[in-house]
Amino acid sequence: MSAQFAVTFASVVAQLLNGLAGASSLFMVAAGLSLIFGVTRIVNFAHGSLYMLGLYGGYSLLEGLQTSLLSFGGFGRSPLGFWAAVVIAALLVGVAGVLIEVLVLRRIYRAPELFQLLATFAVVLVVKDIALAVWGAEDLVGPRAPGLSGTVDILGRHVPQYDLALIVIAPVVLLGLWLALARTRWGALVRAATQDREMVGALGVNEAWLFTGVFFVGAMLAGLGGALQLPREPAHLGLDLALIADAFVVTVVGGLGSVPGAFLAAILIGVVKAFCVALGTREWLGIEISFSRLTLVVEFLVMAAVLIARPYGLLGRPPAVQRAATEPAPPLSPPRWQVWAPALVLLALVPLALPGDRYLLVLLTDIIIFALFAVSLHVLMGPSGMVSFGHAAYFGIAAYAAALLLKRAAVPMEATLLMAPIVAGGLALLFGWFCVRLSGVYLAMLTLAFAQIAWSVIYQWGSLTGGSNGMIGVWPPSWLASKSAYYWLALALCALGIAFLWRVLFSPFGYALRAGRDSSLRVEAIGIDLRRQQWLAFALAGALAGLAGALFAFSKGSISPELSSIAQSTDALVMVLLGGVETLTGPVAGAAVFTWLKDELARRTEFWRALLGLVILALVLSFPQGIAGGARQLWDRLRQRGVAT
Amino acid sequence: MTGTPVLDVRGLAKAFGGVRAVDEVDFSVGAGELLAMIGPNGAGKSTCFNMLNGQLRPDAGAVSLAGRSIAGLAPRRIWRLGVGRTFQITATFVSMTVRENVQMALLSYHRRLGSLLSRARDLYVAEADALLDRVAMRDQAERVCGVLAYGDLKRVELAVALANDPKLLLMDEPTAGMAPRERVQLMELAARLARERAIAVLFTEHDMDVVFAHADRVIVLDRGRLIAQGTPAEVRADPQVQAVYLGSGVMYGHGG
Repeated sequence: MSAQFAVTFASVVAQLLNGLAGASSLFMVAAGLSLIFGVTRIVNFAHGSLYMLGLYGGYSLLEGLQTSLLSFGGFGRSPLGFWAAVVIAALLVGVAGVLIEVLVLRRIYRAPELFQLLATFAVVLVVKDIALAVWGAEDLVGPRAPGLSGTVDILGRHVPQYDLALIVIAPVVLLGLWLALARTRWGALVRAATQDREMVGALGVNEAWLFTGVFFVGAMLAGLGGALQLPREPAHLGLDLALIADAFVVTVVGGLGSVPGAFLAAILIGVVKAFCVALGTREWLGIEISFSRLTLVVEFLVMAAVLIARPYGLLGRPPAVQRAATEPAPPLSPPRWQVWAPALVLLALVPLALPGDRYLLVLLTDIIIFALFAVSLHVLMGPSGMVSFGHAAYFGIAAYAAALLLKRAAVPMEATLLMAPIVAGGLALLFGWFCVRLSGVYLAMLTLAFAQIAWSVIYQWGSLTGGSNGMIGVWPPSWLASKSAYYWLALALCALGIAFLWRVLFSPFGYALRAGRDSSLRVEAIGIDLRRQQWLAFALAGALAGLAGALFAFSKGSISPELSSIAQSTDALVMVLLGGVETLTGPVAGAAVFTWLKDELARRTEFWRALLGLVILALVLSFPQGIAGGARQLWDRLRQRGVAT
Repeated sequence: MTGTPVLDVRGLAKAFGGVRAVDEVDFSVGAGELLAMIGPNGAGKSTCFNMLNGQLRPDAGAVSLAGRSIAGLAPRRIWRLGVGRTFQITATFVSMTVRENVQMALLSYHRRLGSLLSRARDLYVAEADALLDRVAMRDQAERVCGVLAYGDLKRVELAVALANDPKLLLMDEPTAGMAPRERVQLMELAARLARERAIAVLFTEHDMDVVFAHADRVIVLDRGRLIAQGTPAEVRADPQVQAVYLGSGVMYGHGG
């Protein structure tokens, strides 16, 4: 018994040290994210990309120092060379952060919050392709840290020396940051701006320099976190989104804007993860629980628990004063059936008019399905004022539900189209119960966390879902086998789904959602239980996203965990934002343009992401109201000119 | 005042940290009566108000509405029992028209918010317009609240507050931010509505002209305590009130 205990204890300690070493980098990224958010109120989606650049940059610097003519007689292999490379990589990433701030974000500080988010997401796409072009698609394994490549025996376990170094570095960085924030004029300004940005502006502080400075420091921290991980993990292109999810969790658990909070949260999550790994697979009351598999989701469970107990995170405070009156939301115009009905007829005629064009039909089917997906997200983001970063959870889960019902339970495909949305709606009801207790950025990040849980469950539960391979042979019955038959089905169901959602927006239920977004104070004062309305809206949007997911599964014949990934969620987010949240047409237009553009670019170039990102940036910088909003603005201007002449 | 008062407050208290923001306050308002709550900044008016409307939970004391205890209930439950509110800074639905704002309150009152398929703008139009008539906003029913003048927004709020046929109307600084002429008009409107429909009105106010012209009775708070109550004339003559308001230096050494 005691021997077994000793083994367990030793393995817990070993895992704990491993967890803390990982937490060290996570803390730096999260602290940077938190600082930037505190001062600029921008959720920098590109922060994971900066981390990734840190790893790649560190790799190249070390490579250069060790192999090229610049090796300076072995300097690159010396400890000093290693640490110099780490620091230079971090500084270079800091400069990259400054470039992002100056070239992109500075132009849109006055744009709606969501547009800033969209812009940082475009940066993610561009950086990913820059990394692809420079470093290629292969994983790059960095060298070990010279002088720290050995191990130390702790309780009979070999613990890497470098892990111990990382555990020491994190508190040193925390101390440095704390000193900078507490003792310098720059730090005082950062703290002041985090509390009340307008006041700092009103006091005559040069905001532009402050923001640029914060971006430099925040990006540098991300780069440092990345470069420091080089001896521990290979550099690869998936790091950006994987890390931003982790960093969001740490930031939210610690409290947005709080650096010590980020430290505490990173350690908490590192420790909990370590325990899960150490526990391994346990039998409890006859049920086998795999704790090590739980590691993928455990941080999200921690986050959900913390947010319910402390909605603003461990060391966070309620959102800072927002004095500047935000632009009042414009009225929502009901759909014009005289426009949509003929459009629908035209779409229905496409297979008859162009019978041979299979490619066009497949593309149109995609667009129609994503239109429903985007509209279901828009119901939450626009009229309900709840931004979801994780809408793909319901899309993906429904796709799997449909496929599993068809393949495992032999349910007819037609029936799965009804059941899958119910599964997705049920899941949304469960996740939504937690989400509607929060608002704003916190809500958005919690939705992301839940989506990541859904993704992990699909990914991990290989025996049921096929894991990373996904499932194949998910085909509709013979009457829907032709591309045109399936196109008509998708068109009919998606049009019905969209019409239903739009109808709901103008029902008393939908009005109450919009009222709650306009003034939560007033809805409470006229007896409306806003939380309940929002909760049901969440379920409704989830169910309709589920319909889109199930239709998508049968249109492709195969599914993979990607369907509920962060990338899929952000695709929907980009569609809605691109089209504009303020009109009903927006999300549909956004879905069409985005899907078409992505397809068009992907067929032409390997670097379609960067091009897509650049297109999004160009649109954001020139039409801060979205495509539909921009078109309307243009139309108004033309009409006014027409009246004037 | 005869029978049960509409609002009856006994021993109401609330402390923040060590500060007694509201300290053992008693008062009541009868049907059709306009009671003004006045006092210098920091006297505890807002705290008191927020306990009555459910925004804050009292530490101690009883609040009853027509004999029923409402202390500690959520704002939306208090509203259901017949309490209408207007805010110091107007809270309206800016993306909706004036009529839709009132319809929203009516939809909630008639418990129709679960309806997914009916068209909200076609419901309770006549009732909404009747309420807008009362506050002379009918002609602006189709305008979006986001573009209205401030004084008009205040009247929209009044119409919204009347939608649940309230027994009690709580008005937090109803005339703040308005031009002097508009102030008189709004208070005359409120007073007329209160009398016609036998609504008890409790309002806080900084403008003494408004208070003395329209209140039936006045209560005065200072440092969380009720220091005087009575008719406007009585309160005006009260030396303690004069000291608080005029800052004679005798009592506290600073003015209000």
